[in-house]
Amino acid sequence: MTDRALAVVRAGALTTVQDQGRPGHAHLGVPRSGALDAPAAALANRLVGNPVEAAVLETTLNGCTVRPRSVVTVAVTGAPCPVTVGGRPAPWGAPVRVPAGALLDIGPARAGVRSYVAVAGGVAVDPVLGSRSTDLLSGLGPPPLTDGTVLPLGRPDGVHTRVDVVPHPGPPSELVLRVTPGPRDDWFTASALRTLATGTYRVSSASNRIGLRTDGPSLERAVSGELPSEGMVLGAVQVPPDGRPVVFLADHPTTGGYPVIAVVRGADLPAAAQAVPGTPVRFMVVRRR
Amino acid sequence: MKAVPAAHDTQASAATGGTRALPVGDHALLVEVSSVAAAQALHAELLRRRAEGSLSAAEIVPAARTVLLDGLEDPRRLAEQLPGWEIPPHTARAEEAIEIPVRYDGPDLADVAALWAVPEHEVPAIHSAAEFRVAFCGFAPGFGYLTGLPARYDVPRRATPRTAVPAGSVALAGPYTGVYPRSSPGGWQLIGTTDAVLWDHARVPAALLAPGTRVRFVPVGCS
Repeated sequence: MTDRALAVVRAGALTTVQDQGRPGHAHLGVPRSGALDAPAAALANRLVGNPVEAAVLETTLNGCTVRPRSVVTVAVTGAPCPVTVGGRPAPWGAPVRVPAGALLDIGPARAGVRSYVAVAGGVAVDPVLGSRSTDLLSGLGPPPLTDGTVLPLGRPDGVHTRVDVVPHPGPPSELVLRVTPGPRDDWFTASALRTLATGTYRVSSASNRIGLRTDGPSLERAVSGELPSEGMVLGAVQVPPDGRPVVFLADHPTTGGYPVIAVVRGADLPAAAQAVPGTPVRFMVVRRR
Repeated sequence: MKAVPAAHDTQASAATGGTRALPVGDHALLVEVSSVAAAQALHAELLRRRAEGSLSAAEIVPAARTVLLDGLEDPRRLAEQLPGWEIPPHTARAEEAIEIPVRYDGPDLADVAALWAVPEHEVPAIHSAAEFRVAFCGFAPGFGYLTGLPARYDVPRRATPRTAVPAGSVALAGPYTGVYPRSSPGGWQLIGTTDAVLWDHARVPAALLAPGTRVRFVPVGCS
């Protein structure tokens, strides 16, 4: 129905539709994509009674403003930010009722990078390969929102239990990423591995949904020459020719030709999604489980 | 559970006949082999085992010399077992090859002819005589790296990549032939164009080319 829709009034710096992504197609060159801070997206869905796989909005730094055409329940999680409905303050991290035609404003992040906006019923754009996620690397899924975009909404099915308020870890002041070495740690000098484990890096402003880029000491290679392209995993710490590690996030390429010195544990990637440029990064080498 | 070698447990790589299984994080394994043919044979065997249910992996991603297995429950155990596998040499599948019509009118045709040391008009004949196979995909959804040309026809990438290569461009780089599914930057040598739709996410399957697909390029028109 056309009244189940959300009109985008202010798209913000970068707001995309995200769900749990489209894993299983890497062999065709299709990135997994999906919400970068997956627990925050799942929490937003639970707060409005959606299944966790429902599509939400992922904002970047300065939020967005939308206007639902019918009354909806929404919840904002992820990066903490001011939330207003019709100009009046509304809670962050809790279900909020937005009347038909009222402006819902998700303000700039007070900390962190990405806020998640779940709407009861979910964002119902057409799925591509089973997912509604915007993939910025390959261009699959809906394009990033622009002012004036109208997004269809699904109908709440009413069977999922709502939660009211759930504690959520705040964005990190220092990003600690546990890594297991390999598969190409033998392409680097022993001192490069020490540098990775002990050096202080900072989140680079060139970071995006494809990768968390870092500024810091360069990692020296022991093997020169080219690595034939090989499959890449989420969390891979790839080292391009400038020697500065890049942590692959959800929109990462499925194959790559720069050596991967280590892989970040999946549990640490949501924090990586919320680390603002300049945040100190430490790579902590841990034993493989 | 087998004892884990000390220090860098990446040394837990299982080596046999040039095959190494390198751990990747906690849930993946990168299996490295000695040749493109061995990678194709391993890939086929992995798909066979997944289809029969004896292997559970969320992603099986072949590449030039490797196959990545992601979403494994127990990568360490698989790394131990892999060396004992009997992997039959890859044989061409029974299916017909996909035919891709090509107008051999690319802007780099003369450069490729020079690199091959043949007259320009022989490039289409040489290229279309080969039977190709998709060794792996990557770079963009639907972009396949096709092998099949004899090694003497390997060509380097262009010194300066183009900022925009049109969709449907048929191109060469190293040992590979590729077809650009959509307009994108690229450094491959462009030898022709096709109207074939390499990727259409509304189609099932979305990708015309998947790893293992056999391909023939069929010259059309005259240039």
